[in-house]
Amino acid sequence: MSQAPATEIETTFVLNGTRVTRRVPARQHLVDFLREEMGLTGSHTACEHGVCGACTLRVDDEIVRGCLMLAVQANGRKVDTIEGLSDSGELAALQSAFHERNALQCGFCTPGMLLAALDLVKYRPDATREQIREHLAGNYCRCTGYHAIVDAIEAVLEARREGAKR
Amino acid sequence: MNAPEKLPKVKTGYIGTSEPRPNAKRLLQGRGAYVDDLRFPRLAHVVYFRSPYAHAKLKKLDLSKARAQPGVIATVDGRALAEVCTPWVGVLAHLKGIKSPPQHAIAIERACWQGEAMAAIVAETRAQAEDALGHVEAEWEELPVVTDMEAALRGDHVIHPELGDNICFRRELNAGEVDAAFANAHVVVEETYDFGRHTGVCLETRSILADYNAAEHSLTVYQATQAPHMMQDIFSRHLGIPEASVRVICKDVGGSYGIKVHVYPDEMATAALSVMLRRPVKFVADRLESFLTDIHAREHRAKVRLAVSREGDILAFELDDLTGIGPYSVYPRTSGIEGNQVVNLVGGPYKHQHYRAQMNVVFTNKNVTCQYRAVGHPIAVALTEAIVDLAAAKLKMDPAEFRRRNLIADDAYPYSFPSGLKFEQLSHHKTLDRLLELMNYKDLRAEQQALRKKGVYRGIGLAAMIEVTNPSPAFYGVGGARISAQDGATIRLEPTGMVTVMASVTEQGQGTEGIFAQIAATAVGVSMDKVRVITGDTGTTPYGGGTWASRGAGIGGEAVLQAGKALRANILDVAAAMLNEDKSKLDVAGNAIVSKTTGEEKLPLAEVGRVGYFRPDTLPMKFQSEFTVTRHYTPREYPFTFTNGMQASLIEVDPETGFVKLLKHWCVEDCGTVINPMLVDEQIRGGIVQGIGAALWEHCLYDDNGQLLNGNLADYLVPMSGELPDIVVAHVSTPTRTSELGAKGVGEAGTAGAPAAVMNAINDALAPLNARVPAQPCTPERVLRALGKV
Repeated sequence: MSQAPATEIETTFVLNGTRVTRRVPARQHLVDFLREEMGLTGSHTACEHGVCGACTLRVDDEIVRGCLMLAVQANGRKVDTIEGLSDSGELAALQSAFHERNALQCGFCTPGMLLAALDLVKYRPDATREQIREHLAGNYCRCTGYHAIVDAIEAVLEARREGAKR
Repeated sequence: MNAPEKLPKVKTGYIGTSEPRPNAKRLLQGRGAYVDDLRFPRLAHVVYFRSPYAHAKLKKLDLSKARAQPGVIATVDGRALAEVCTPWVGVLAHLKGIKSPPQHAIAIERACWQGEAMAAIVAETRAQAEDALGHVEAEWEELPVVTDMEAALRGDHVIHPELGDNICFRRELNAGEVDAAFANAHVVVEETYDFGRHTGVCLETRSILADYNAAEHSLTVYQATQAPHMMQDIFSRHLGIPEASVRVICKDVGGSYGIKVHVYPDEMATAALSVMLRRPVKFVADRLESFLTDIHAREHRAKVRLAVSREGDILAFELDDLTGIGPYSVYPRTSGIEGNQVVNLVGGPYKHQHYRAQMNVVFTNKNVTCQYRAVGHPIAVALTEAIVDLAAAKLKMDPAEFRRRNLIADDAYPYSFPSGLKFEQLSHHKTLDRLLELMNYKDLRAEQQALRKKGVYRGIGLAAMIEVTNPSPAFYGVGGARISAQDGATIRLEPTGMVTVMASVTEQGQGTEGIFAQIAATAVGVSMDKVRVITGDTGTTPYGGGTWASRGAGIGGEAVLQAGKALRANILDVAAAMLNEDKSKLDVAGNAIVSKTTGEEKLPLAEVGRVGYFRPDTLPMKFQSEFTVTRHYTPREYPFTFTNGMQASLIEVDPETGFVKLLKHWCVEDCGTVINPMLVDEQIRGGIVQGIGAALWEHCLYDDNGQLLNGNLADYLVPMSGELPDIVVAHVSTPTRTSELGAKGVGEAGTAGAPAAVMNAINDALAPLNARVPAQPCTPERVLRALGKV
């Protein structure tokens, strides 16, 4: 932390569908940049070393740890956060399932959990209950017993499969 | 119809229904407002210089280079801070003999645990403050470190010489004829159990933003806390600001579990720095600081003895408990309560009448421990249930049958336990029956036997539990703590027919606001979408205790119910005046005034609101409408409203690796009236998972020098979804008669019983291999040692 913080690098990326350009301190993490500079406080930091998943973001359609990626590394890429994915409606089915089943308590892990779940819905639509549990193993929740979260995701996957059959 | 007005019992309405929580929607969109999400002009950021040693004298502290770094606003040591913030002592009068030295917000010249704050650096940004931290110059002289509880008890080195020894608190209890009971016993079993330290690991770390207004000499504090009014009182007294000029606001809180109900030196220092610098100052702990300074919990070594008759009747319990709490008793709840609870609760579900206990709480040079979810219960339940299993095994009795024989009968209440506790009405036998049926106990036992022949070692563990909920003033108030035992609710009809509730119990994610909306809607007679709930603001809510000791629903919920009923009666007064009808013929239902007999709608509530607020000139001359009502509730009849429950764990041990695989977990709980089954069930599951974490993985590991070895989320193992089983929850409902709502607490039950169930399951699995692990967490290493493999 003691290196000169002065180095700033111009960085341009598409944030929640809108192009943004900022001069960014080279050492600043993406999640800190989003929270501090862009006011997008929905992504949280809880462990700050890539374990807990509270800072999960989507960069070029892959989920990443916002605390393990530097903001300058987002240059030229597409970054989506809980705020953008809520407004676009992409998360609506998961959010509704989480709400209906109370798959959250304090809500601190929830944005990251939803992004991880969305990734599963997109790339592993046939996931079993065990596979859902496995997929979420990088997202800590300290309030629920994970049971309701697994239920909610399972319900969304089932609804999709039912929809696909029709 | 001239009989004195007696408010009618409310219909069940939303009580007992699984309504989704209205306030969850903003959290699902990332639109919550946790402390670190707030934005303030002139906000300064503080970081703390912390002791790298567990016990050392700070011979020299030079902050001048740090002060000169870019963006640094101030550097402050313990002496300078003490001029603004007075020290505190964490003792309570009803814990006789408890002692602890004065503790400062920033330690003065001596550190007593690794991580203790020794200086503050305030800067324009957090990054600048952290950069400056590297420029603090300190010289230390290491002092003898006491990490072992037994060494602390012996007093080889006394941490605070002015106290004479390392004993913070001692308690002895002797009820009945214990020696005679043991002398007459057919079987005596005895074992010593070790419980490691663990901690709450709130995903949102401790956070505070203090905003002092020099012009008004007032302080507004945004804090992740469970007890805003307690903190208001404490900021007021230690910073010398009139109580009415201190406002504590608690917006969204990212988990608390007891961690955020204590006074933390760095948080007090942050408030003091705001006063000193006359601007807003924010402190957000990072994860390493959380592990070093969030209260830890447990750490007990306890010997239990049990005397049993030939027929299998429990005759007597004996307990000797030792617990280490770090260098200070935590303010203001003390670090004596946990051990005190263990003494109170050991043996609690059973009908013996002879009980002797002694317990020592000792100072050590590790982080402080204090009340974390289920306070003492996980220890007491594990000790009780493990020794009960051992006795059953010795008598060759089935553990479920042994419990059935000894559990207090469901018709024996009210009942007094030898430790002095009084139980209003428990349902041990009903919960046991329901649990055994739910888990197909007999089939599981048969399957277990069959699998053993194939070299598969499964274990089934049972745990009966009792739990302290809805505490009366007996918990803290009688000891002199300024912690409210009562809670209040203000409820207001808005002109549009909406209802606003302001409640003193806080929301930490458990669903307080959701269940209060359910209760208010039911009590007033409106649909839930008409209700808004405000919590967590000493400036707007009634005074109250907040969230702790499983009291929110039982105490706060009753206040909401009574306030809602009173508002309903007041609404009917206005409606009766408007309609010129007898009040007793009217009711409120479905957002309207209706005929009590036919249910026919007479007036929409919005019309009552409109007339009451904007056209009172149309009402009778002396009539005054009252659309705002406040009610409070304090439990008085019993010191605590006990709940009970029974848990079971099914696990498989791999004798080659020592790994334990969780296969399934069951819990049958009796929390009285269940207000929202969906919320209750997942809260129980969350509690169970924290208990499973304690039993299997979570451990704050210290070396002999008092250095924490695993203070980060990679090395400290928090339960993850992949290793957890599905958890089946069911209820027996025995509403408490001490309140109309009948709700008892439920937040801690899962954590209270799960460690015992899991430990018993492991030892059941290991029994054919003649191994036992009487320790938590039960790591693969401990299993392999017990098997003699390492």
